[in-house]
Amino acid sequence: MSGDSILSVDHLTMRFGGIVAVNDLSFSATRRQITALIGPNGAGKTTVFNCITGFYKPTSGSLRLTHDSGAEFRLERLNDFRISKQARVARTFQNIRLFPGMTALENLMVAQHNALMLASGLTFLGLIGAPSWRAAEKRAIDLAKFWLDRIGLLDRADDAAGNLPYGDQRRLEIARAMCTEPALLCLDEPAAGLNARESAGLSELLLAIRDGQGASILLIEHDMSVVMEISDRVVVMDYGVRIAEGTPKEVRDDPKVIAAYLGVEDEEVAAVEQELGL
Amino acid sequence: MTTIPTLASRAPGVAFIIKKALISAFVALVLFSLMIGVRTEAGPTGQLIYWTRFGDLAAMVAIVFGGSIVVELLRQWWGPAGTVRVVPPQIQSALATAGRLVAPLLLIFALLVPVIFYNQRYILDLGILVLTYVMLGWGLNVVVGLAGLLDLGYVAFYAVGAYSYALLATNFDLSFWVCLPLAGVLAAFWGVLLGFPVLRLRGDYLAIVTLAFGEIIRLVIINWQSLTGGPNGISGIPRPTMFGIPLTPGPGGLAAKLGIEFSPTHRIVFLFYLILALALLTNWVTIRLRRLPIGRAWEALREDEVACRALGINITTTKLTAFATGAMFGGFAGAFFATRQGFISPESFTFQESALVLAIVVLGGMGSQLGVALAALTMIGGFELFRGLDQYRMLVFGVAMVLLMIWRPRGLIGHRAPTVFLRHAQTISSDLVKEGHG
Amino acid sequence: MLKQRQRMDYFAQQVINGIVLGSIYGLIAIGYTMVYGIVGMINFAHGDIFMIGGFIALISFLVLVSFGLTAVPVILLIVLLVSMAITALYGWTVERIAYRPLRHSFRLAPMLSAIGMSFVLSNYSQVAQGARVKPVPPIITGGYTLLDSNGFVVRLSNVQIVVVITTIVLLAIFTWLVSRTRLGRDMRACEQDQTMAALLGVDVDRTISMTFVIGAALAAVAGMMYLLYYGLVDFFMGFVAGIKAFTAAVLGGIGSLPGAMLGGLLIGLIETLWSAYFSVEYKDVAAFSILIVVLIFLPTGLLGRPEVEKV
Repeated sequence: MSGDSILSVDHLTMRFGGIVAVNDLSFSATRRQITALIGPNGAGKTTVFNCITGFYKPTSGSLRLTHDSGAEFRLERLNDFRISKQARVARTFQNIRLFPGMTALENLMVAQHNALMLASGLTFLGLIGAPSWRAAEKRAIDLAKFWLDRIGLLDRADDAAGNLPYGDQRRLEIARAMCTEPALLCLDEPAAGLNARESAGLSELLLAIRDGQGASILLIEHDMSVVMEISDRVVVMDYGVRIAEGTPKEVRDDPKVIAAYLGVEDEEVAAVEQELGL
Repeated sequence: MTTIPTLASRAPGVAFIIKKALISAFVALVLFSLMIGVRTEAGPTGQLIYWTRFGDLAAMVAIVFGGSIVVELLRQWWGPAGTVRVVPPQIQSALATAGRLVAPLLLIFALLVPVIFYNQRYILDLGILVLTYVMLGWGLNVVVGLAGLLDLGYVAFYAVGAYSYALLATNFDLSFWVCLPLAGVLAAFWGVLLGFPVLRLRGDYLAIVTLAFGEIIRLVIINWQSLTGGPNGISGIPRPTMFGIPLTPGPGGLAAKLGIEFSPTHRIVFLFYLILALALLTNWVTIRLRRLPIGRAWEALREDEVACRALGINITTTKLTAFATGAMFGGFAGAFFATRQGFISPESFTFQESALVLAIVVLGGMGSQLGVALAALTMIGGFELFRGLDQYRMLVFGVAMVLLMIWRPRGLIGHRAPTVFLRHAQTISSDLVKEGHG
Repeated sequence: MLKQRQRMDYFAQQVINGIVLGSIYGLIAIGYTMVYGIVGMINFAHGDIFMIGGFIALISFLVLVSFGLTAVPVILLIVLLVSMAITALYGWTVERIAYRPLRHSFRLAPMLSAIGMSFVLSNYSQVAQGARVKPVPPIITGGYTLLDSNGFVVRLSNVQIVVVITTIVLLAIFTWLVSRTRLGRDMRACEQDQTMAALLGVDVDRTISMTFVIGAALAAVAGMMYLLYYGLVDFFMGFVAGIKAFTAAVLGGIGSLPGAMLGGLLIGLIETLWSAYFSVEYKDVAAFSILIVVLIFLPTGLLGRPEVEKV
């Protein structure tokens, strides 16, 4: 099944009053692969994310998500929490949104809310301490422990999330997203603010998630070393439209992409090509 | 060796303090000149008369002058508000051990109060009052402390519970034990009704809308005379029975059944244990709910609503369950209030009550069960000292609220206890815990 | 035919009364909307500042009359200035003591402090002046009969004229203040971005203080107008009037000054018409319900600016 698209973005347009942030954008994210969405600041990448994850309602266009089972979801029609609950799309945020007053473990438990609510019989079984509830709770803690171990925070499980160093917080947010057992993981600049060593650790983690969990990943990123190293496909945006799409190498050498990042006029693209010997 | 004066070590001169005090005194003089210096009153024939009170005015200005000097000196000695004081580790651990003992000790004390103070009706009544507010505080704690939803109209659920019980008991002759859950259900229903419209409101707006709801309920109660008796209220509410056996003198009463001599104190003691049981039920349910997904969702909602949505949590139902649960406990407390007094009127359900319960929750350190209990004890106990001086009481309450916010806005208990841990439950400092925006 | 005419007369009278009441609400509402615009908090104590303004006006009247002054316009002017000045000082003091220390505290703190301050002010008045309602004999009497036929008289009293004219004059002064002076510009800058304004040399503390002072001064005028119009003050009038004025501010669009006045007029009209045509007992319920409805369905109000949530 690998190779077909899990998310299909078709003619997505997002308008804010007079401003067109995303203009007729179409691309797809491949199943069980890492797709990167890159582009200069203001290109509209986070807007696309917010449309996919239900924080904005697209002005027009469709966002089709297909599970392994074949179940299809039209994300532009779903309510925000249903996108996570039913369509199983998880996300992280540009400015980390952990629950700072709760421990790392508690953060991961909150992520398993829906499964636990069901297991607790909408709270009632939980109130009376039924054995089925206790078993479900133990399973949830085990899943949390698994991910804490994966990101190397098992011995800091009981520390307040707000007290963790920045790099650990970023990884915790990813772990929290994975605890919802998503089909598509959307990461908004996961490497922002990380040093070289932490970025390498992040790349390793994301590759492990792709290969181990079989999750599909869509990420926005500015750190080119991470993008080049782990992406299977790259989509480049500028001014709300797609200007290139392909493997990392193809995109890196695309003169239009170079021009967009360097801020070169369209007419000068040919000159740049010549200069680069393309 | 020279010492460079730092900000902390440079003491403001006497001249500075005096100047500040003089300015404060002058401001006080202007503010108080007419309000205190002149006293108006409606005269015998309906016209307005007045007399001057320059002595009082001078005294107040002098107090402000002196007080300003004292405050300035205190500020120098204590440091600016927010200075971190390092507590030596031995004292810290001693305090921690002592802290763990406070809750069980308080519980034992509460259980023994009717035994110790059997013949002091006043203390028992005070105890019942304190426990009622503890229960209200624990109920509101679910909404404000756990879920971070700013509710300034909590008294509405208290009123719904009280009036539901009163109407059910006087019109349908149902016993307390049947009416109590019904009152709770009705209050929870109103909680959902109130919650629906305010789902998208945040912070201050949520607060004022809940305040408006509380006032609307009170006004409706006052004006819907045919249902609620209007300003006269409902009287003749039956007293609670011990599962059907009334606590009256005479052959059918509980005293006779137990073979002991009847005393009016029995009913007071029974009421005391009743409210204690209800409060403990509230406490137990809240503690359990905190460990269940719904309680965790409430706290997560308070921490970051956007993140909750991204995790697939249905914000609407989470908020509504918080409102409903808090309302239910308020309803139970209201039912108890009705049966204890035998008579209810709209005067007991003013905004002041909502503010008082909210102050208890905030003083206690939002989310902390023990904190709320201690805060209720302090505030209601403090109120009792002002018995008979109603206006001074509210004046001091207002001043206390302002001072509390300036000095210790996170409340008495400065930390949050996590609900699940792998190895060791470390409490989380209040600085990290969000207060919620609704 | 007779009945309809009477209904028109009745309606006209209610409209006049509503506009007068609405002017008073509008003056209070401006204080709420200015403070919310600049520091983002609902000043729960503002309604009680209005009440204090009424009391100060009352006491000033008494004192002046007892000194032997009889010229009504002179008395009115002195009372206006005195109550504006003293009440403005109350507003300044409240901000300094209860709000400024909490400016960087968490969100709940200023609101609870404001509630506490509200209790302080209303109970301070009770303690200082006694709990009973204080009535005054009518100070401005007389008026004009606009329409007198078929048994119903439509009157425009002098008091009503004074209230509306005072409101218009003050509104004009105030609008000039906000749009033409340095202070007004500073206020608008602080509303948009406090940090940036400070970096550009605006004295943020002083600007915020002046906002409270001006709001309090206008509330004092409202208090004096209330005293003239209704002939009484009581210590509890701040609470209900405060909520209604806040409703007016929200209805007009929080942060918008013409909106506050517009909202005030609307609330005044709605309240008066409701009491006249439906029920007097539930008029407060009507006002509070409007608040709830507006905040739920039209949170930016009539003249306000919409906000987009940033994720």
